[in-house]
Amino acid sequence: MTSPVATASDRSAPTPSGTSRSAPRLRTPRRRHSADQPRRSVLLTVLTSLVLLYSLVPLVWLAISATKTQEGLSRSAGLWFDGDFALWDNITETFTYHDGVFTRWLLNTLLYVGLGAGGATFLAVLGGYALAKFDFPGRRAVFAVVIGAVAVPGTALAVPTFLMFSKMGLTNTPWAVIIPSLISPFGLYLMWVFATEAIPTELMEAARIDGAGEVRTFFRVALPLLAPGIVTVLLFTMVATWNNYFLPLVMLKDPDWYPLTLGLNSWNQQAATAGGEAVFNLVVTGSLITILPLIAAFLLLQKYWQSGLAAGSVKE
Amino acid sequence: MTTLQPPAAAEPRPAPPPVRRDRRSWTGWGFLGPFVAVFALVFLAPLAYSVYLSLFRDQLIGGTTFVGLDNYGEALKDDRFWASLGRVSLFLAVQVPIMLGIALLVALALDSGRLYGRSFFRISIFLPYAVPAVVATLMWGFMYGTRFGLVGDINGALGVSLPDPLSPDLVLASIGNIVTWEFVGYNMLIFYSALRVVPHSLYEAAQIDGAGQIRVITAIKLPAIRGALVIATIFSIIGSFQLFNEPSILQPLARNAITTDYTPNYYTYALSFNGQQHNYSATVAIVMGLITMVIAYAVQLRGMRKGV
Repeated sequence: MTSPVATASDRSAPTPSGTSRSAPRLRTPRRRHSADQPRRSVLLTVLTSLVLLYSLVPLVWLAISATKTQEGLSRSAGLWFDGDFALWDNITETFTYHDGVFTRWLLNTLLYVGLGAGGATFLAVLGGYALAKFDFPGRRAVFAVVIGAVAVPGTALAVPTFLMFSKMGLTNTPWAVIIPSLISPFGLYLMWVFATEAIPTELMEAARIDGAGEVRTFFRVALPLLAPGIVTVLLFTMVATWNNYFLPLVMLKDPDWYPLTLGLNSWNQQAATAGGEAVFNLVVTGSLITILPLIAAFLLLQKYWQSGLAAGSVKE
Repeated sequence: MTTLQPPAAAEPRPAPPPVRRDRRSWTGWGFLGPFVAVFALVFLAPLAYSVYLSLFRDQLIGGTTFVGLDNYGEALKDDRFWASLGRVSLFLAVQVPIMLGIALLVALALDSGRLYGRSFFRISIFLPYAVPAVVATLMWGFMYGTRFGLVGDINGALGVSLPDPLSPDLVLASIGNIVTWEFVGYNMLIFYSALRVVPHSLYEAAQIDGAGQIRVITAIKLPAIRGALVIATIFSIIGSFQLFNEPSILQPLARNAITTDYTPNYYTYALSFNGQQHNYSATVAIVMGLITMVIAYAVQLRGMRKGV
């Protein structure tokens, strides 16, 4: 599980608070160290707010721009609304333009994320559990090879993977995107560290003595204990597959199989092609629709993935 | 840079888990097997195939012939390759320190407990990580634009004329800004997670010794998260050398500034998919992979060595 230190201080840490300096006295006695209860600093908050602005302004720009018509985009100031509020029109048009190809891209993305990220998480959980809880011939070697391969620029593999898949007849099919997405070395590592800490070996022994087989022990004993780690790995593999651009770009020619990222880029480039129609309002609205699910997932699940991440961080 | 950067991958390995020697058996393979099988298919096989490809040349007359290391010789003399490598090296030297510096400062600010609204800061600054590189680049590309971008707004409002961020002189810095925006929060979170597990008894001891904030940071916090710093640096280096998405998406907006040999990765992509030079493309990719690995390894050795 997460380190007791991290959880304890995180839990008792006052979240957004306009609380004054008298607040520390009210806190749980668990926080003995006065080093843990420094005064809040307005100056530091203001300085950090600069980075906050930097992070959020583009997103605000996107949200505001999605309410504008194409003419409105060039006519009005970037960070304020135009006279015409066209958000609903834009959304409708985004989903209906070109016979609803955006919907198709959305479904493709969901397919790639479901099978790719879901599969990657499943493989990482199985593998991490094995590395953490079993000793077997070749265990160290496997880890060395996996970590070594991560240092190879992933994109350097794209060309040979493309040629290989092309010989196997897999290019321009969803499999060309899904199969490479199934491997997440980071997920494997995180699950390994997490499983080491989260599953008491005695519990596994007990299950075995009670006559449970290895598969049953895994599903009934280990899996529930791994939940926060699984959520973390799933979120990060979801981001990787939802946001994937290079791999589908290399593998797919047929726009019907594009994920959202490739589709949006093709809409953007359309304006530059001869006779192509500029649809910047749809590019902007489509972009907003593309990022909302992931942002929602991160916000809703933050309690889980942050604790999972803390467990995977350096600990000496 | 859409690939998931594994931040923890090369970290000092956790202590060997409590495994009982007498249970040493093949059972573990049953669980690890599926991962290894797919890994072999999508990592090891393409890698081997890439090396194989690099030893051949596809000629108009005579078909594919074995040429030994000729392709490597060609790559080492290829001005376009070296120019692209120089460009990403410059990018690396400027962008990575800025990004990691900001990430570290924010992580330290969060960890200090002196911020109002800490969790709001943490999650908000992290959010851009969830934005696809495509969307991030399109967004910034629009904002850079003088037509309906913020640069145009500022020019209009203040009556100035800012230099065009998409001009050849500035486009590398503009890409650096996009990459920084995408990953500053992610790195911040890695540093912050590492800071959270520093034993608080160390701070108490330091306080008794009369150490100030700065001293606590330099003497306790930074050494304690050295592993995370090294990892973040290594993966930022790999990310810089792999730069492809941002320049390629920005290319239609900055036609004169970004060429198809702008970065090594863009170059290998163009060689393969526009030029059909698969063998040479594989060679350039391998050379680039080797350079990346050597530098990443050097950084790791250096980072892990100094101080304890």
